[in-house]
Amino acid sequence: MKPLFKSLVLATAFVVAPLLGATTASAEGEKYILVSHAPDSDSWWNTIKNGIALAGEQMDVSVEYRNPPTGDLADMARIIEQAAASNPNGIITTLADYDVLSGPIRAAVDQGINVIIMNSGTAEQTREVGALMFVGQPEYDAGYAAGLRAKSDGVKSFVCVNHVISNTVVAERCRGFADGLGVPLGSSMIDSGQDPAEIKNRVLAYLAANPDTDAVLTLGPTSADPTILALQENGMAGDIYFGTFDLGDEIVKGIKSGIIKWGIDQQPFLQAYLPVVILTNYDRYGVLPGNNINSGPGFVTADGLELVEKFAGEYR
Amino acid sequence: MVTSNPSPAPVADERIKERSSLRKALVRPELGGMCGTVLVFTFFLLTAFDSGMFTSQGILNWTLVSAQFAIIAVGACLLMISGEFDLSMGSMIGFAGMMIAIFGVTLGWPIWFAIIVTFVLCMGIGALNGYIVIKTGLPSFIVTLALLFILRGFTIFLPQTIERKTIIGGIRDVAEGDWLASLFGGKVLTGLFQWLGDAGLIATFERGVKAGQPIVDGVPMLVVWAIGLIIFGHVLLTKTRFGNWIFAAGGDAQAARYVGVPVSRVKILMFMFTAFCATVFATCQVMEFGSAGADRGVLKEFEAIISVVIGGALLTGGYGSVLGAALGALIFGVVQQGLFFAGVESSLFRVFLGIILLLAVVLNTYIRRMITGER
Repeated sequence: MKPLFKSLVLATAFVVAPLLGATTASAEGEKYILVSHAPDSDSWWNTIKNGIALAGEQMDVSVEYRNPPTGDLADMARIIEQAAASNPNGIITTLADYDVLSGPIRAAVDQGINVIIMNSGTAEQTREVGALMFVGQPEYDAGYAAGLRAKSDGVKSFVCVNHVISNTVVAERCRGFADGLGVPLGSSMIDSGQDPAEIKNRVLAYLAANPDTDAVLTLGPTSADPTILALQENGMAGDIYFGTFDLGDEIVKGIKSGIIKWGIDQQPFLQAYLPVVILTNYDRYGVLPGNNINSGPGFVTADGLELVEKFAGEYR
Repeated sequence: MVTSNPSPAPVADERIKERSSLRKALVRPELGGMCGTVLVFTFFLLTAFDSGMFTSQGILNWTLVSAQFAIIAVGACLLMISGEFDLSMGSMIGFAGMMIAIFGVTLGWPIWFAIIVTFVLCMGIGALNGYIVIKTGLPSFIVTLALLFILRGFTIFLPQTIERKTIIGGIRDVAEGDWLASLFGGKVLTGLFQWLGDAGLIATFERGVKAGQPIVDGVPMLVVWAIGLIIFGHVLLTKTRFGNWIFAAGGDAQAARYVGVPVSRVKILMFMFTAFCATVFATCQVMEFGSAGADRGVLKEFEAIISVVIGGALLTGGYGSVLGAALGALIFGVVQQGLFFAGVESSLFRVFLGIILLLAVVLNTYIRRMITGER
């Protein structure tokens, strides 16, 4: 048993050593940590990772990305506490649930760490936790703008495919869209789950049960990609009014081929890139922009898709 | 329980194999867990010592995570030794938290009453789990898998129907000053930590309304519950007749029935205890964070089972130890948070988890063979 044990230890050391070396090598200069609420499976956050990597490289600082593997917000609170304990220069975090996250964020601020809220949260909550600023897209306003746009295109009813039903901030998009259209949200929002096959089948089922639905609204690539497949399968593609939040490879192709009318780009790259730049300049020179930054909404339509297409899923 | 055996001087029994006392002290189900704990701490002391992992705040961080695992691991461990599984633990955590929120916030019941009703309800569901398993003779894997979906479904459906959202907040406000709530969400030893902070031994807040107060201002009740449950589970399993029944029910249920062990009762009680542990977890979480969400506790059942397996218990039942499970929870928690401190890319966490699980199982198998003499 002794030699076996020894070899196990050696094996671990061999596996672990290169990984550690690879990730701690760039730790010179300021250190920042970005904490997201997304589970590992959410592909949208790849743009965020690329954004902080680029900003870290350009500003010569190290930026780490952390998230709760299953998307459990209580686990995220622990990660923020952990991030604060490792004493970085600044923390960039989302505020997906104010009740759960405000305590740990407030404690980090009081401990002397600069915090910027990105992506999820409101201006008011940002002020209350004592963060420097908010960089993101006001979700209700974005949904409302989309609703007005759809209304002027003649849409009267819709279904909202929500793949993150537990994130109250994202659900605001559906509410804003309904208010913009001037129709009650009612049962128009469906909980699709995260699994592509499930999402596709739920959309098919809903549209079969409610064939007079004018529009489909999806809330990100996770729900948009399977919805495209669903519409291709039941022949509604190109006919039904289809709008989506966020961009991705399939969404861009969908916009190009006319299946999707528009995509609302909240420009996640800016949400990741700007906080790193702002925090670094604040730490180095004490300069800070005077207000929150709206990174979106920007409507992406079939016109001017070239740059979007080139960088979709990477920086767009 | 009490052995009033008036036998005179211990005579060497020729039926029992002679073993040195050192071997007896070393070779036990927890040995794998102990080795693992030493290994893990050595590793992180070497790689992440100056990263804040071993400051008061860092220690509290991984202690809390480990304590969370430990609470559910104790329940899962005893249930697993009695030969059953509970895959609905994670969903039960979400469900229990949501019930407290609905009772306490939406219906406006006093929070102590909401907590007690939730405990009764959840332990009732645990008993139902056990009853179905015993009555139908189906594997608990399947029965509790069904409950996993049913409970999660209700956890999403109920708040959405009642409150039109999936997160119910405001629990902190209604729980303010409640005697039972403070048993789950409070902190102990606050005076000691204030003194340590004043003496400059631990870090204090630099700014804000709490300036001057220690960042770690007490030991959360979550940790107290974890330690309490570990001690309770260990004593129950190793020092009582009921503990022997648990081993017997999981080892060979039929043989146990022949010698008069109430196997069905033991198993149903263990299902209820598992539900109790899940509800303790949920109540502590809800009281600490002040809100209940529909996605709380996802995959926690596997984290509990992983802790138990790292701690040396056998998936098929009849063998294991609560102390081992507690060490498993400690290893799990320290590794999970420690990797963040060491700055390892977070998507690699699962890789490490898999490696540790594999190493632990291989090591534990060798240790078990040494103990039981099986080949």
